[in-house]
Amino acid sequence: MELRVRALESILSEKGYLDPAALDAIVQAYETKIGPHNGARVVAKAWSDPAFRQALLDDASKAVGTLGHVSRVGDHLVAVENTPDRHNMVVCTLCSCYPWEMLGLPPVWYKAAPYRSRAVKDPRGVLADFGVSLPKETEIRVWDSTAETRFLVLPMRPAGTEGWSEEQLAELVTRDSMIGTGFPKTPGAPS
Amino acid sequence: MNGVHDMGGMDGFGKVEPEPNEPMFHEEWESRVLAMVRAMGAAGAFNIDASRFYRESLPPHVYLSSSYYKKWLLGLEDLLLAKGYIAREDVAAGHAVAPAKSLKHGKFSIADVERIMVRGKFGRAAPAAAKFKAGDRVRAKNIHPTTHTRLPRYVRGHIGVIERDHGCHVFPDTVANDAGENPQWLYTVVFDGRELWGPDSDPTIKISIDAFEPYLEPA
Repeated sequence: MELRVRALESILSEKGYLDPAALDAIVQAYETKIGPHNGARVVAKAWSDPAFRQALLDDASKAVGTLGHVSRVGDHLVAVENTPDRHNMVVCTLCSCYPWEMLGLPPVWYKAAPYRSRAVKDPRGVLADFGVSLPKETEIRVWDSTAETRFLVLPMRPAGTEGWSEEQLAELVTRDSMIGTGFPKTPGAPS
Repeated sequence: MNGVHDMGGMDGFGKVEPEPNEPMFHEEWESRVLAMVRAMGAAGAFNIDASRFYRESLPPHVYLSSSYYKKWLLGLEDLLLAKGYIAREDVAAGHAVAPAKSLKHGKFSIADVERIMVRGKFGRAAPAAAKFKAGDRVRAKNIHPTTHTRLPRYVRGHIGVIERDHGCHVFPDTVANDAGENPQWLYTVVFDGRELWGPDSDPTIKISIDAFEPYLEPA
């Protein structure tokens, strides 16, 4: 694979289509500028600031755009809120659509057949694969990302975090809790 | 197209296996493939829907047995060959031997990187009034285009409810084939689990898709 990829890169570069140094810069940008820390800051702010929470649920692109540190979000971000009665989970059954500006590049499991095939039919079974179980009466809402809309799950704020700063709260927010296949960390639990 | 990429509801793929502390890339070449796809798309060689169509057009056994970035590489090669940006002779030689074709936005350089790290805009002015509104009952049409579509098989023929209206967006079904952006209204449509999977389905599940207006009819 490596040789084949290198050959294609040589062809594209020799034809004058791209500068290999620009490819280095793209990879570096993915490796350093995006990641779940962006989503975690948004979630922590929503937990701390009721007006921001409401703005996020009304128009996530606009709300996130007001935060200087995470502004790469584009126009089509939708935040969906977990409640005691309803749990949200995000999938892309057709390919790998994912809010990468908020969460980074998707993990392999998100792009692979087991998750894509089962999330829409047996979400409780999929959650069990993650060691997650929900009360049997909780509604599970699965969002299949079939267009350019991207979904960010706003998990429930863990108990025992009263008075915590946004920075402390952000430490509890996991990537999977923003996809809907996990929960935030529990305060004081070993990580 | 009714390809193997359209996986919603299929059985037999086994358990989801998350990898602890997964790296962003497992091999260095994966990062080069990602960067080449982004760069060539931004230079104007193809749009995102065309790149999806070429990946889903891989033969089913290749699609299912290839890693994610291998699919990206194979799709990229096929797409660049089909659109004449590279030639078979180039691939055979491992170097550029055939003449280059001009790119719509010119050579992709370092100055273009910042721009592609912000997501593209897909909203467009509405060419006509929306046919549906939140609360309307709709049926996903029973259609089977052999070209690119974003209407998954598992909802076709089923009744759901419009929940959100996202405005007008570029229509993947036409833009993927270079047949124009053809903007269409986009809605979140929610289906009850039992509507999709029958009476034995978990009664607590609801599934939504984002559906372009041409995928829907009143129900």
